[in-house]
Amino acid sequence: MANVPEDLHYSKDHEWVRVDGGEAVIGITDYAQNSLGDVVYVELPKTGEEFAAHQSFGSVESVKAVSEVFTPVAGEITKINESLAEEPEKVNADPYGDGWMIRVRMSRPEDVDSLLTAAEYEDFTKAETE
Amino acid sequence: MVDFGGWDMPVQYPAGTIEEHLRTRTHAGLFDVSHMGEIDVRGSDAIAFVNRLTSNDVTKLIDGQAQYSALTTPEGTVIDDLLVYRFSEDHLFLVVNAGTTDKDWDWIKSHHAGESVELKNVSPDYCQLALQGPDAVSILQKLTDTPLSDVKYYHFSKGAVDNVDAIISRTGYTGEDGFEVYAAAAEGERLWKKILEAGNYGSDDGVLPAGLGARNTLRLEAGMALYGHEITEATTLLEASLGWICKLDKPDFIGRDVLVHQKETGLTRKLVGFEVTERGIARDDYDVMINDQPVGKVTSGSPAPFLKKNIGFAYLPIEFANVGQEIKIDVRGRLTGAQVIKTPFYKRQK
Repeated sequence: MANVPEDLHYSKDHEWVRVDGGEAVIGITDYAQNSLGDVVYVELPKTGEEFAAHQSFGSVESVKAVSEVFTPVAGEITKINESLAEEPEKVNADPYGDGWMIRVRMSRPEDVDSLLTAAEYEDFTKAETE
Repeated sequence: MVDFGGWDMPVQYPAGTIEEHLRTRTHAGLFDVSHMGEIDVRGSDAIAFVNRLTSNDVTKLIDGQAQYSALTTPEGTVIDDLLVYRFSEDHLFLVVNAGTTDKDWDWIKSHHAGESVELKNVSPDYCQLALQGPDAVSILQKLTDTPLSDVKYYHFSKGAVDNVDAIISRTGYTGEDGFEVYAAAAEGERLWKKILEAGNYGSDDGVLPAGLGARNTLRLEAGMALYGHEITEATTLLEASLGWICKLDKPDFIGRDVLVHQKETGLTRKLVGFEVTERGIARDDYDVMINDQPVGKVTSGSPAPFLKKNIGFAYLPIEFANVGQEIKIDVRGRLTGAQVIKTPFYKRQK
């Protein structure tokens, strides 16, 4: 059973958002890392870059495949997790903690309201596997 | 689970591709390769017939020996790569790829030109399990009376594994020592479980079942070609750097004249191995650029888990097909540096 922390917001593309002041911390969910398998490479944007909600900001690669990752909220990148360059496996080991990918200063904090709650995301992933 | 040549097969087991790959190099991995095809060739003309259809020299085999070879087209290109096993002077056994079994069978039958041979597609009759890695000998020895140290590399023995009749072949597709075990299809599940048990599956240094993902990363790291990628009906054996299984001075075989001519006039392109030197992973079908011009495509590209680098194969114009040549790979719109290096990328310590 994949882990789905209560205090986060979720997208249908399997990203999570943790709101921290006016910023959003973003990564991929436990369900996503489990489906991907061993992450061997993470492509992240540069700080200062701006993205619209649901726009691709990079990619996550396993041995066999490349998956794009999408920011659930619009805004400007303030920080990226540089350690993923050397240790991409953190995405598998700790997807909600050390495996975080980007911090975004939200241009529209209300974007978060249209995301899924933990319960809704859990239902969503159950439906996907059926 | 994915469809592979019409077979339902696992990409990986719970341990994951990387762990399955590493465990095979350090201890042992077990692969269910029952999807492979098997063709029996019997009769007084067995050797002459197969020698005419394949590039390697079948007459060099002794009873109990196998060779890597290729079924060739009249253009010297590749119908399939395969292993040719000699049971006796009038009994050969061909092991071919799963996705090309039907094609190969039709090709072989249609090229039967009156030789005294009986051909049989026995693929459904066999299961095949590959136990690969430095611990393969000690694990398999627990299940057989055949003294495995007497079965030399690229040789095989008819014996029994867990009292089940089996062909025990010291061959494999990983670059490690190990065996491919052929037995009656119905025995596959039992042998699978027995080998896992004998190999201490579950312990940190025991055997791991390994899927298609690890099968691919292991063979790529070991510098081995995959049909449909490095070798196709559009690549000659010489271009594919398989001149070593191409015995041009044996009696005539399909495509021999073209290969002889190509050897004389020289190649225009050649398969090379490369490693990515900047950030990124080169993958199948990515463009290879030299001086901002696309000069070829990656035929196989992937991370190499044991070597901890990103590697691949590509065909390059002959003038660039040299160790040290710097190239760029177009990784989804971004050019990343790579360099041609010697293959095999990985060679096991003997």
